Amino acid sequence: MTRDPVGTPWWLPVPALLGGLFVVVPVLAMVGRVDWTSFVALVTSRSSLTALGLSLGTAAAATGIAFVLGFPLAVLFARARSRWVGVARAVVLLPLVLPPVVGGLALLAAFGRIGPVGAFLADHGLRIAFTTAAVVIAQVFVAMPFLVSSIEGALRVGDDRLERVAATLGARPSRVLLTVTVPRALPGIGSGLVLCFARALGEFGATLTFAGSLEGVTRTLPLEVYLQREVDPDTAVALALVLVVVALVVIGPSSIRGARSGRVAAP
Amino acid sequence: MTPSTRLGAGIAIVAASVLLAACSSNGQVTAGSPTDDPSSALRGEVTVFAAASLQQTFTALGDRFEQEHPGTTVRFSFAGSSDLVSQIRNGAPADVFASADQANMAKLDDSDLASGWPRDFATNVLEIAVAPGNPKGIRSLEDLTATDVQLVTCAAPVPCGAATAAVERAGGVDLRPVSEEQSVTDVLGKVESGQADAGLVYVTDVAGADGGVDGVPFDESAEAVNTYPIGVLRGAEDPRLATAFAAYVRSAAGQRVLADAGFGTP
Repeated sequence: MTRDPVGTPWWLPVPALLGGLFVVVPVLAMVGRVDWTSFVALVTSRSSLTALGLSLGTAAAATGIAFVLGFPLAVLFARARSRWVGVARAVVLLPLVLPPVVGGLALLAAFGRIGPVGAFLADHGLRIAFTTAAVVIAQVFVAMPFLVSSIEGALRVGDDRLERVAATLGARPSRVLLTVTVPRALPGIGSGLVLCFARALGEFGATLTFAGSLEGVTRTLPLEVYLQREVDPDTAVALALVLVVVALVVIGPSSIRGARSGRVAAP
Repeated sequence: MTPSTRLGAGIAIVAASVLLAACSSNGQVTAGSPTDDPSSALRGEVTVFAAASLQQTFTALGDRFEQEHPGTTVRFSFAGSSDLVSQIRNGAPADVFASADQANMAKLDDSDLASGWPRDFATNVLEIAVAPGNPKGIRSLEDLTATDVQLVTCAAPVPCGAATAAVERAGGVDLRPVSEEQSVTDVLGKVESGQADAGLVYVTDVAGADGGVDGVPFDESAEAVNTYPIGVLRGAEDPRLATAFAAYVRSAAGQRVLADAGFGTP
């Protein structure tokens, strides 16, 4: 370990340790509650596997959609110098700070059966309420801001000199975007996708409010945990551990890489 | 206790004591020590944990109780019965617990409840909640199986879901809900917001929705009568005050408030 020229105050590790414990202790305490003799049976039950599969599938779909819609937003936000873009960014990032249940209510108002978008789609034979599509919509709504702010952050770190050079050499805007901007944003895209997927996987409030809860259709793993907690705390804890492990697998590698390169995954 | 749970508990205790070192342990600090003299006026604070479906009636009962006994304050925590039970078992400072079903009250034993409790105080039955005016013309449980009816019910593990399964059996119908919600208020919300055409909720939920939904009673509901028990907890700060409130709920005045909200008598 090389000596850090800045130096860390001797007392800083004390609150830092408490901060770490604050997160680690509850998770460890939950692990301590897991009934290992029945763990495998509990997490491989039909309803558990259905919920896990649904969660992974919807989170992947939501991440894909969030990227398609969120990457252009991030590029525009990073390039624009207008106050109105600041306002637009605040609105787009709103779900970051909004309680998910509020997001669910907003989605209901728009995509619900009597909402403007929902009614329009219903007239064309498309029902969103209580379908898996509603779960994905809820996940995109809450998770896309993570992706947008992560990519925008990466683009803002460096300046746009490379893009301008490419343009003066005659590259068209689309080509500049694909051959210069995208590679420059890669670290942000990576961590953004990871955070977006993790957030989508953990989505609960908006899903419950907007999509409902039906096995195999809308009952994702967090909803299954919440439901099982009513009757069977052992199953709830076992499934919760599965979510913890999946989340660690998802964010672990990028966080470790980030720490080694001095770049963190968080937006 | 398995070694792993002991480890977990140990970690939790250490964490709790570190994080909460500055806070006094709640519920242990008595403002004025309870007196055993029955003639002295009731005073102080009583904390009541009550099922979510009791929110409107119990809030009203609490106001009346406070008026009849100046100097008392009734504080409420409303949530799903199973949540409340687990909070009580984890040491939440409750004096009185009112459950929406027998099963959740049964999770508390003699070490949790004061002697002589629980006692039943109300009953509730299911009703079909539909949009005002009943646009789909739903008249019976059978009508809920129509393919163009978007039905929402409670999930089997929660009390209203158990009642739903019972009426389903009694009516010999096979309900196919588009969503199985976590709580009866979620079912009501889905119907009120127009997301669903019909939902199975309690009679009292329809009455409490203030015209947001219409109720359609059905015969099979008699097969799933939900009985609400109330109990004074052994750890009650002021057992006399706690008992007084629980008794007030079961008194004629209390029963009138409950009946107005649609509850039946046990």
